[in-house]
Amino acid sequence: MSSDGAPRRADVCAVAIADCFAGDGESLCNPIGNLPLIGGRLAASTTEPSLAITDGFYTLLDNVPPVGLSEEDRLAQRTIAHWNPYRSMFGLLWHGKRHVMMGPVQIDRYGNANIAAIGDWARPKSQVLGFRGAPGNTINHTTSYWVPKHNPRSVVGSVDVVCGVGYDRAAELGPVASRFHEIRRVVTNLAVIDFEATDDNGIPAMRLRSVHPGVTVAEVVEASGCELLVPDEVPESPGPTPEQSEQLERLDPNGLRFSEIADQ
Amino acid sequence: MAGPDKLLTVTDAVAELSSGMTIGIGGWGSRRKPMSVVREILRSDLRDLTVVAYGGPDVGLLCRAGKVSKVISGFVSLDSIPLEPSYRIARQQGTIEAAEWDEGMLLLGLQAAGWRVPFLPTRAGLGSDVPRVMPDLRTVLSPYPDRESGENEELLAVPALELDAAFVHQHRADPSGNAVWLGEDPFMDDLFVRAARRAFVSCEQVVPTADLAGLAGITHMGISRLDVSGVIEAPGGAHFTECPPDYGRDEAFQRHYAMATRSDEDWAEFVARFIEVDDDEYRARVSELAEESARTTEGGK
Repeated sequence: MSSDGAPRRADVCAVAIADCFAGDGESLCNPIGNLPLIGGRLAASTTEPSLAITDGFYTLLDNVPPVGLSEEDRLAQRTIAHWNPYRSMFGLLWHGKRHVMMGPVQIDRYGNANIAAIGDWARPKSQVLGFRGAPGNTINHTTSYWVPKHNPRSVVGSVDVVCGVGYDRAAELGPVASRFHEIRRVVTNLAVIDFEATDDNGIPAMRLRSVHPGVTVAEVVEASGCELLVPDEVPESPGPTPEQSEQLERLDPNGLRFSEIADQ
Repeated sequence: MAGPDKLLTVTDAVAELSSGMTIGIGGWGSRRKPMSVVREILRSDLRDLTVVAYGGPDVGLLCRAGKVSKVISGFVSLDSIPLEPSYRIARQQGTIEAAEWDEGMLLLGLQAAGWRVPFLPTRAGLGSDVPRVMPDLRTVLSPYPDRESGENEELLAVPALELDAAFVHQHRADPSGNAVWLGEDPFMDDLFVRAARRAFVSCEQVVPTADLAGLAGITHMGISRLDVSGVIEAPGGAHFTECPPDYGRDEAFQRHYAMATRSDEDWAEFVARFIEVDDDEYRARVSELAEESARTTEGGK
């Protein structure tokens, strides 16, 4: 809580990320990046106790340790429930009991996400990660995204390379091929976006779900390089409950979340 | 009965390669890469190679040295440095052809080659730009109707990645190529080995066959001599990538490599100091660099 009583922005983001995994039940909660990891573990240690999480490498855990541990502490503090080397991870994700959160460099209104390259893929202006697991993830199980810098260069009219499959591409594939596809949420430093509304052609498209405390709807629209569906009433994203605050302190004792998302 | 002795030097193993070949390299990112072999390839006259890997500094070094015309990968990363600097330069300057597959597709391509089928089907890649920017990837229509919809589903047909040769680095092996991985992930090394016409296992230590099962149990005996053409003893052979529990990643050296890619002068110095030498001299020079850094750090305090 900041001095004026408003929740800190990083905590709002963590709570919004945790909420992405609500209702997942016995499924692998697999967020990538510091704040996604903190949010995912917040869900696993509060509202969604049946979630499975990874140790970041080759095992699934039966406990929810803090993030940012030294290698020695990471190994010491894990209660291993299952061996999950990469080949098993592919098996798990093709089977579908996984919800990943990735950090795209670009995302468009249908949730097409780019992690590969800026510019023409054949000879990029800037090579980034490559496709990695994004195509397989998005077509096989639920995906959410984390955008720590919401601006017209990250939330764009169209992405340079489609790595994570969006709703328009899924619609082109048809209902059978895309039956496991779901882009659930996009959490940004400004707002929470879902796909629970459709464009004029009936395709799920970005809808403003909530704005973080201190952010206006106009600011979010301004920061977006694509159209957002904006309901008449846009609620404010909630800050952490006392239980969530306690867990956030436990999960992120060094405050990594505040170095990713500064107070506004 | 005993397996034949297949011990050979890294030089002899690399001498079996020729330019234009498709080479698979095991490990994952900056983890358990056969780096001693990679350095030997860098010293050779080989060129125009196609490299297949879950790429790390192996791919980066080969690209930087101009040994590679094509890279087929699930990614190329140094893990603690997410973007491999040499691969990045090669992509941005257009000096290599790239096939960047979904990570899981690479597993299927290797598995298809090992099972001697032309492809394996997957949903991974459908709807993404993978088949759009790599149009040689084709789809296949399932001959079986979906149980619920009755529809014949179209799937991506991941082509078999048939390798001319593969190199993997294991913790222990016997002289005939039965190998044991320690640590927590075998990666896809056994798949690389089976996907290759000739496969070479480099290892931290060669041990008698009778000792293998006692090292970490039979579930860690991942590679059989039936699939191996040659065994190279290369202690520290994965350096600077990690090879736990024997050793972790040499992060300081990895940073040194990443810095050296930034200019032609620094790269030439790196090659002269760390590549144009044999493994014993390499280890000596790595220690020397670590001592220099320690002195600099102390001096800076």
